[in-house]
Amino acid sequence: MSLTFIFFTVLAILAIASAIVTITARNPVISALSLVFHFFMLAGLYLTLNAQFIAAIQILVYAGAIMVLVIFVIMLLNLGDEEKLKEKFNLRKVIAVLLASVLIIQFFLIYLLTRSGKIEIAENTAKLSTVQSIGQVLFSEYLLPFEAIGLLLLAAIIGAIVLAKRKLT
Amino acid sequence: MFQSVSLEYFLILAAVLFSIGSIGVLTRRNAIIIFMSIELMLNSVNLTLVSFASFLGDSAGMIFVFFVMAVAASEAAVGLAIVLALFRQKQTVNVDEVNIMKW
Repeated sequence: MSLTFIFFTVLAILAIASAIVTITARNPVISALSLVFHFFMLAGLYLTLNAQFIAAIQILVYAGAIMVLVIFVIMLLNLGDEEKLKEKFNLRKVIAVLLASVLIIQFFLIYLLTRSGKIEIAENTAKLSTVQSIGQVLFSEYLLPFEAIGLLLLAAIIGAIVLAKRKLT
Repeated sequence: MFQSVSLEYFLILAAVLFSIGSIGVLTRRNAIIIFMSIELMLNSVNLTLVSFASFLGDSAGMIFVFFVMAVAASEAAVGLAIVLALFRQKQTVNVDEVNIMKW
């Protein structure tokens, strides 16, 4: 077994385990923290894929910004009495798990039917995933989507401020 | 077979994570946890995009991940503001008790 394979296996198991903890934990703070752990594991997986810049912004944007926002909201809402939120219907859970297993069976069938034959990471990936090369592509070929994303973020900021204001005057 | 990590391993891992996220959306009633499950699903799609990008040697997938992250960040800001406004109005984050727009 190669070192990459061991690294991948450990990261994948930890990522799946922390994802399961995220959706099953009763306390929202625990599920938020395990989601942060999950994001770190995904950053490690991006490193095994030779995508250093994506790994860095995964940690910066997701674990740094989005999860801080989520934890802030959990603290603000002060959701102490989780007992009230206890799920009543078990039938719904069973149906949900059945639907999700249908989904995963479909995925597995697709992967089994279409083998890509790609077993090695392409040689030029390490060069492609540097900040320099991503920046060059982003500001030339994808300039219009980049500007659109800027507008979207501005709209999101304004929308969040308007929604979170106490009184609309 | 176990010598190198092929593309299928990453795709299957992303599929498993996506399914876990969808189970979370379907089973949990806490709006914030539904929110985090959506983040899980977005991240598994990001993993798919990055693995295709690096196995095919094309940077388009990484650019798309960049855009997906920006959309996820704005979605987080607006969604959490909606949760806050909802909690202020109804004192709950249980999505079953919020049926004001139900026909």
